[in-house]
Amino acid sequence: MTAYLVRRVLAVIPVMLVVVTVVFLLIHLIPGDPVAVILGPDATPSQIEATRAQLGLDRPLYEQLGAFYVRVLRGDLGRSYFLNRPVTQALWERAEPTSLLTLSALLVAIAIGVPSGLIAGAFPGSAWDRVLMLAALFGVCIPGFWLSLNFIYFFAVRLGWLPAGGYASVFVDPGAALRYMVLPAVSLGFNQSALIARIARSCMLEVLQQDYIRTARAKGLSQGVVIVGHAFRNAMVPVVTVIGITTAVLIGGAVVTEIVFNIPGLGRLIISAILRRDYPVVQGVVLVTAAAYVLVNLVVDVLYVLIDPRIRYD
Amino acid sequence: MTEPGRSTWLQRLARNRSVVAGLALLLAVVLAAAFAGVVATHDPARLDPPKRLLPPSVEHYLGTDEFGRDVWSLVVHGSRVSLLVGLTTMLLTSLGGVVIGLAAGYGRRLDLVLMRVMDGLMAFPAILLAIALMAARGPGVGNVIFALSVVYTPRTAMLIRSTVLGIRDLDYVHAARALGRRDLAIAARHILPNCVGPLLVQGSFIFAYAILAEAILGFLGVGVPPYVPSWGNVIAGGKNVIREAFWVSLFPGLALTLSGLGLNLLGDGLRDTLDPRLRVP
Repeated sequence: MTAYLVRRVLAVIPVMLVVVTVVFLLIHLIPGDPVAVILGPDATPSQIEATRAQLGLDRPLYEQLGAFYVRVLRGDLGRSYFLNRPVTQALWERAEPTSLLTLSALLVAIAIGVPSGLIAGAFPGSAWDRVLMLAALFGVCIPGFWLSLNFIYFFAVRLGWLPAGGYASVFVDPGAALRYMVLPAVSLGFNQSALIARIARSCMLEVLQQDYIRTARAKGLSQGVVIVGHAFRNAMVPVVTVIGITTAVLIGGAVVTEIVFNIPGLGRLIISAILRRDYPVVQGVVLVTAAAYVLVNLVVDVLYVLIDPRIRYD
Repeated sequence: MTEPGRSTWLQRLARNRSVVAGLALLLAVVLAAAFAGVVATHDPARLDPPKRLLPPSVEHYLGTDEFGRDVWSLVVHGSRVSLLVGLTTMLLTSLGGVVIGLAAGYGRRLDLVLMRVMDGLMAFPAILLAIALMAARGPGVGNVIFALSVVYTPRTAMLIRSTVLGIRDLDYVHAARALGRRDLAIAARHILPNCVGPLLVQGSFIFAYAILAEAILGFLGVGVPPYVPSWGNVIAGGKNVIREAFWVSLFPGLALTLSGLGLNLLGDGLRDTLDPRLRVP
């Protein structure tokens, strides 16, 4: 198992190499002269030349790429033109809302998805199964950002129960933080709960067909004991993997949800950076979220091996 | 399912309720897009400020938006952008996925490099990579299609690769090689036909993702330009007036949901019919 874990950790290196390369190439995908685009129409030719040299865009591509790798390794993501501070600092300031939103949405997705899927899978063909799976089908198809808007209209505008948008730090005012977080977390987590429910259901169905379940039933155990005591743990193994995928989707979705609810996180940061053509910030947000995703997947793969001793990668 | 061997795949598809329901929903969207000029009651581009934010009525089925544009006509015309982006992205990702997947699965030397690049591209949350590519390229339908194709091609390539790997060492492929067939001919005649089923299933899901992602990009203001009637753009406008006029964002979102539902049903049904190995019990 140690050999597998070491290999799994090392496998992160080529993935991150590609990620950093793609992030680097973003600047070169700008149509025309990137420097002219960055500086806008009022820039003089001498300003353009100065900025080109400052960004290193006058050097050959492979040299620029090498320099970019070195900078990223040193934790230097450049300087924001507009915010006038290092990109890493701007990212750090905005990381809390995005992390909290992703985490709360994940909790919502698990809390709704896992029990519904397991119940549906434990009683296939029952009324519960049909209702839950129909809800899950719609849940998969409803666009999260649109669901957010409908939640805002219903719970904030019409009923006035919860704020329509905004953010409070959980470290400053936990009560307010919770009120602000409910609608974004539920609307972001709902889609993924549907996905988790579908997977959990099929895992439960599969486990219930195994021989050891038949044995458990044959020795006279009740349905409840069989499901909770015998089937549950094994059905949860693939679900853990799905939760890993879910986290990645949630990080992407959080960006969109932040715009709907005016949450000052990485999503708001990248969208405002695009409008200001503040490319180092755009690159920084993309790089950090991809790195977070790679890390989450690593943790999930490691957990997967630890939970299920049957799995051997040799 | 009593005599699966004796019915053709077309008959099996026609008997699958998911496929029929999904196709019906998709057909409704296609018809709306094809006959948008007839189905729409107003010019979606016509601004009429005195009539702004009117609730749904006989004159304006789904109300008007903040510029007095007719929401029904916007939704009908918006289906064109959605279908164009969805369909083109699906075709481009299928083409790219087949080329890369075959090259990786069949040409063993390329496998390692190609798959590391695909892994790397899939390490980005999909919507964020699309946003980043749009940030570099700027707004426009062509750029949306480009961005979404880059984002979704790796997923198809991985699928084709694994399908190819499952077939590559079967006896009939060895037989073809023993008969002196060239690699390219084997790939085209013996490997590719086996990829059609998975490709159709994956294609309908990518179609659905692409329509959704296009709307998200439009909603964020980095998709098709704001003057183009697209579902995402109309929902974005509706966000600003949600307190006074819920209908502006409600109806284009409903169209988006139903299109996604249609394509997901189609994909689920195709998977059950064409590829029993992938069947979820």
